[in-house]
Amino acid sequence: MMRPCVFADVRADRDAAAALRGGDKLVGRPRLRNDIDLVWPKEGLRRIPYEVYAREDIYARERARIFEGPTWNFLCLEIELPNPGAYRATFVGDVPVIVARHGDGTLHAFENRCLHRGAMLCLKPGTGKEISCVYHNWTYDLTGRLTGVAFQKGVNGKGGMPPEFSTAGRHLRQLRVATFAGLVFGTFADDTPALETYLGPEIAARIRRVMAKPIRPMGSVSQYLHSNWKVYADNLRDSYHASLLHLFFTTFKLNRLSMQGGIIVSENGANHVSYSKMASDRDDDYDAAKLRAKQDNFGLSDRTMLQGRDEFGDGITLQILTVFPGFIMHQIQNSLAVRQILPKRVDETELNWTYFGFADDDDAMRTIRLKQTNLVGPGGYISMEDGAVVNFVQRTLPGGIGDASIVEMGGAGTSSQDTRVTESAVRGFWHAYRERMGV
Amino acid sequence: MVVDNLQARYVAAIDNDRLEDWPGFFTDPCRYEIISAENVEQNLPLGVFFADSRAMLADRVASLRRANIYEAQRYRHIVSPALVLPPADNLTRAQTNFLVVRIMLDGDMRLFMSGRYLDAIDLSGPTALFAEKRVIFDNRRIDTLLALPI
Ligand code: FES
Ligand SMILES: [Fe+2]
Repeated sequence: MMRPCVFADVRADRDAAAALRGGDKLVGRPRLRNDIDLVWPKEGLRRIPYEVYAREDIYARERARIFEGPTWNFLCLEIELPNPGAYRATFVGDVPVIVARHGDGTLHAFENRCLHRGAMLCLKPGTGKEISCVYHNWTYDLTGRLTGVAFQKGVNGKGGMPPEFSTAGRHLRQLRVATFAGLVFGTFADDTPALETYLGPEIAARIRRVMAKPIRPMGSVSQYLHSNWKVYADNLRDSYHASLLHLFFTTFKLNRLSMQGGIIVSENGANHVSYSKMASDRDDDYDAAKLRAKQDNFGLSDRTMLQGRDEFGDGITLQILTVFPGFIMHQIQNSLAVRQILPKRVDETELNWTYFGFADDDDAMRTIRLKQTNLVGPGGYISMEDGAVVNFVQRTLPGGIGDASIVEMGGAGTSSQDTRVTESAVRGFWHAYRERMGV
Repeated sequence: MVVDNLQARYVAAIDNDRLEDWPGFFTDPCRYEIISAENVEQNLPLGVFFADSRAMLADRVASLRRANIYEAQRYRHIVSPALVLPPADNLTRAQTNFLVVRIMLDGDMRLFMSGRYLDAIDLSGPTALFAEKRVIFDNRRIDTLLALPI
C-alpha cells in the first residue's frame, strides 16, 4: 500500500518544520508540499471520502501535519506526575513521548527515542533525576537534554567517541508543554496558538466545569479498536447516533434527543461539547418515530447505579467534550474520565481511558462512581456499541474507495446548535482536518 | 473439589449461553467485578464492570439480551484447578487462573483475556455460591469491547 512518495513527503514536511525551528536538517529553503493526491467531493464538508480512513499515505501525512503539527495533544493528567522527578511514557499520535516533572517542578515533554540508535527510553512510569537508555546507557535529564555518553572517552585509551563529539546542545526532540485545569498537553510545533486560545472560551469553560476541584485518578483501561482513528473521532462528535445506537441510554431516560441539550462547536470547528439534561423529557417525538430504542417494558431491577448526585449543580447529566485531534473528556452522571485516541496503524486505534473522581469524595460517592463505570467504558452499557460500529465502518472500506459518506444532519455548517440531532461537530472536525492536511 | 466444581459449572453457563443462570451462582448481596491487574496493583478501584447484588447481575444480562448491540460472539473459558487460600469471614477463598477465547460469528477466534479469579465462596448452604468474585485480568487492553461476563 505504501507509495514511494510518502516518505519524501513526510520528510519534506518535517525538514521544513525543522528549518522553521532553526534545526539543521534542511539545506536550502523550506518546502511545504501540498501534493497529496486526494480530490475532495464538491459537496465539501457534507461528504467525507472513505479513502481518508484507509490510505497509508494519508496516515503518514497525518503524523506530520496533525499530530506533529500545530495541534495540542493530551499527554496526561497533571496529578499523574505529582512529584518532582516523576516521568511517564505517553504518545502523541503514534509517536512515543515522555512527559516529566523536573526537579524544579516544571513540566517537560520530549520524544521517547534515544539520540544514539533510537531505542525507546521509557516504558513505564518512574521517578529520578535522569533517564538512561538501556541499550548503551546514554543519559538524559528530565528536560530531555543529553547529559552523558557511556565510554565517551573509551576504555584504557581505546575506542570512544571522536574528540570533537560533544553532548552539549543535544536534546531529545522537544514538545512545548502547557497545562489547563489539571490537563497536560504537548505540541511539537512552534506555531501552535496558546492552549487556552486553541481550546476556545466555550470549551475551556466546560473543562473548568468538570475540573472544579482537586481530582483523584480511579483507574485506567485501554480499548483496542479495529478502525482508523478518525472513525472513532467522528463517532465521538456524532451526537445524532446517541439515542439510536445506544439503547440502554434511551430506555433509562439518561439521554433522549427530545431532552434539553445541544452541541457547541468551537469557532474553527476543531473542538466541541455535546451536553444534555435529564429534565424536560417528552415522549411524543419518539412515539411518532416508533424508534426501536423505545422499549417500555424494560426496567432495571437494581436502580442504585443510576442514583447519582448533581455534583456540578447545573442539572447537566451528560457532557462529552473533544479537543482536536485526539482528546476526549466525559461527564456522564457521575462517571468522569478522559480519553486519548491513539492511532496505531491506519486501521487500528488504541483508546486510553483514565477515570477520576475528586479528592474529597466520600465513600458513597466512590461507590456511585464505581457503579456508573458500568455505563461508560469498553464494556459500558452506553458505550460498548461504539467499539462494534467503528469496526463495522472500517470493514466496508475496501468497497468504499471512490465513494463518500453523507454528513448532512443539521445542514452543511459547523456551528453550535441547540439540538443534538445534528452532525455539525463531525463537519467541524473535518473542517479542521482539511485545513491542516491541505486537502 | 467443591470449588473446582462450582467454577466448572460457572464457566459452562457462560460458554453455553445460559447467561440467565449466571446471577444464580452468587449470594445476594454479593460482589462481582472485572478489573485490570494494573489497577489492582496500584490500588485503583475502577474496572470495567462492578455489581453488588444479584439484581445488578440480572440487569447486565437483560441489557445484553435486549438493549446492547454487539457482534454475535461466544466465549470458551479454560480454567486452572483452584488454589485454595486461607479462609476468612467463614468464606472459602480460592484463586483460579483463566483464559478466555472469544469466538465471533464469522469464525474469527482469538485469545480475549487471561487472568485470575479471586473468589470468596459461601459453602454454608445447599449449593456453593460466590459471595465475592474478582475477575482480575492481565491484559490491560480490551479488544473492541467487553459484552459477556467473564
Ligand atoms: S540506543 Fe540509546 S544508548 Fe544506544
Ligand atoms: Fe456512541
